[in-house]
Amino acid sequence: MAEIVIKNVRKEFGDFTAVKESSFTIEDGEFFMLLGPSGCGKTTTLRMIAGLELPTSGEIYLDGEEIAQRAPSERDIAFVFQMFALYPHMNVYNNLAYPLKSQGMPRAQIRAKIDEVAGILGITDILKKPVGGLSGGDRQRVALGRAIVREPKAFMMDEPLGALDAEFREHMAEELRALHDRMGATTVYVTHDQLEAMQMGDKIVVMNNAVVEQFGTPQEIYDKPATMFVADFIGSPSMNFLDFSGTIANGDTAVDLNGHPMGMPELREGASGDLAFGVRPEHVHLTDDGTYRGEVLATEYLGTTQIVTLQTPNGEVKARIASDQTAKTGETVGLSFNPGTITLFDKSSGRALKSALNEGVLHG
Amino acid sequence: MSAHAINAPSARQKWVAGSLVILYALVTMIPLAWIMITGFKSPADAISYPPKVVFEPTLEGYVNLFTTRTRQTQEFLENNPPQNWADEIVRQYDMVIVGPSKFGERFLNSVIIGFGSTFLSVFLGTLAAYAFSRFKIPLADDLLFFILSTRMMPPIAVAIPIFLMYRNLGLSDTHLGMILLYTAVNISLAVWLLKGFIDEIPREYEEAALIDGYTRFQAFYKVVLPQAATGIASTAIFCLIFAWNEYAFAVLLTSATAQTAPPFIPTIIGIGGLDWPAIAAAATIFLLPVMIFTILLRKHLLRGITFGAVRK
Ligand SMILES: Nc1ncnc2c1ncn2[C@@H]1O[C@H](COP(=O)(O)OP(=O)(O)O)[C@@H](O)[C@H]1O
Ligand SMILES: [Mg+2]
Repeated sequence: MAEIVIKNVRKEFGDFTAVKESSFTIEDGEFFMLLGPSGCGKTTTLRMIAGLELPTSGEIYLDGEEIAQRAPSERDIAFVFQMFALYPHMNVYNNLAYPLKSQGMPRAQIRAKIDEVAGILGITDILKKPVGGLSGGDRQRVALGRAIVREPKAFMMDEPLGALDAEFREHMAEELRALHDRMGATTVYVTHDQLEAMQMGDKIVVMNNAVVEQFGTPQEIYDKPATMFVADFIGSPSMNFLDFSGTIANGDTAVDLNGHPMGMPELREGASGDLAFGVRPEHVHLTDDGTYRGEVLATEYLGTTQIVTLQTPNGEVKARIASDQTAKTGETVGLSFNPGTITLFDKSSGRALKSALNEGVLHG
Repeated sequence: MSAHAINAPSARQKWVAGSLVILYALVTMIPLAWIMITGFKSPADAISYPPKVVFEPTLEGYVNLFTTRTRQTQEFLENNPPQNWADEIVRQYDMVIVGPSKFGERFLNSVIIGFGSTFLSVFLGTLAAYAFSRFKIPLADDLLFFILSTRMMPPIAVAIPIFLMYRNLGLSDTHLGMILLYTAVNISLAVWLLKGFIDEIPREYEEAALIDGYTRFQAFYKVVLPQAATGIASTAIFCLIFAWNEYAFAVLLTSATAQTAPPFIPTIIGIGGLDWPAIAAAATIFLLPVMIFTILLRKHLLRGITFGAVRK
């Protein structure tokens, strides 16, 4: 059981910086998601926590102990690889026994431990099999088994479901989460799938271009994005950005969009220049009599809801509305936005402006 | 119908392909069969023309290969009856066996030098290939090219300098000298072949071992080596074939002590005329170790040990 603190960690490969000064805290027992697009430095960050890469600078604390420059074997952290990396020349039993043998555990004890873990994971009947012929799901379970069998302080998982078929992935995700809830061990989980992160994570770090953009609970990140990148990356369809320019002041509670005042949470800072008015599709409402109007470009039926794409004076907007509400392509309709959910962004920096909504979660 | 059925050979294509392979095998095996058969002919049958396909087999060639004999007077032959079947064979030429020939010794030299240099080449080659494959080595590409460049001229082109050098170092006509020499020639092949194989082994396996609490060396030894077995086996075969068959350096650098079988076999000619059956017997025995070695390792050559364990 462990708390992991990442402090100003940085990693360079030659001239290339894979991770820029990053800081976040993983609390004891958390299921923690490292989320971001491919190549943003998630795997590198995870590998630094496990000791497979040494940070160029910065500190990593495991239960208060600084471990950034220690060998992996001195950290007591398990790692589940993206491609599982089961030892191909050993059968399932020996794969599971391998981490225990390194500790010099007696044979009988190893056997008991493996029986227990195999029972938890439901792989008792394949213990004698070579790993080569296993199905994706069974390989995944064996890889998990190899991680949990030695009861490490924390688990690192690098896109552990990435190699599985889509339909099986969901099932395995549930199994994983259930396993975590049962064992309560600190888990750091890398994924590029925002849905997976939102569904499984207690907390999420969103990374982009070697930088930590935001870290918080899924709800905080969804409702109170700290940057335009996060707002765009999380949610499907992603947040709408209505472009406008002008000057706004600390304490304002509305902005002017093409001559129409739009309500929003009270601002805690001022800004000027190119700005964006961010609103999630489910907070866009279509009204017949609204004064701020847009033309329906397309509709997409999703069962209980539908996604309506509109052209407004400030750019394209997607709205998620009930599917029994009618919206015809080519029609012009009025739009309104839930004022309490609005986030303003400074387009030049991509940062969210501080407001009554998000002041609690924005750092720095 | 599965998609690959389009490319599946028809029965007729299989039959043609199979016949061609068998035909090719027969053609390449004729010289081998010739040598093996000649080993069991009498000297007269061996040189008869047209060649005899049907003949009375005899172990004369093998007896001559392994023994030294002297001609004796009739009186001696009558007073000393043959002591065993081999003696009996040589009596037909009024000879008696007086002791073993040098062949056994030469053959043993070949085994020591061939396998010794193969072991050393593969051992050093594996370590070097692993280092080149896994670690950041300054000027790695240049070093690899340099290692390869030792292969760019025929080894015999440096025979004279090596001859002089070995004389000064006291390595001439020693087992160690020949082992070192063959290792030096083979090491570039070993490094390059093995680097290719080790590059193919995903690093995750070693990393998994590091995470599981092992040291880098243990990870290399227990996880990388077993998976490189295929590469190590085929590299060993190539190295052994070179060292085993090498003739020019052996002629130049070895004589009384460390002479290997290849320079020795032609000298059999000198003993009592052209003893073709003995030469053929020597060639047959000489072929065996490489053949057995290859057959033993064949399983490794054919088996892709990492099959299916990592998804790519
Ligand atoms: N060993 C390495 N040497 C050089 N560049 C690397 C190395 N490992 C990763 N990188 C680079 O660092 C960046 C981040 O990689 P990674 O952490 O694997 O991203 P992610 O897991 O988020 O997709 C990528 O551009 C990648 O090419
Ligand atoms: Mg990755």
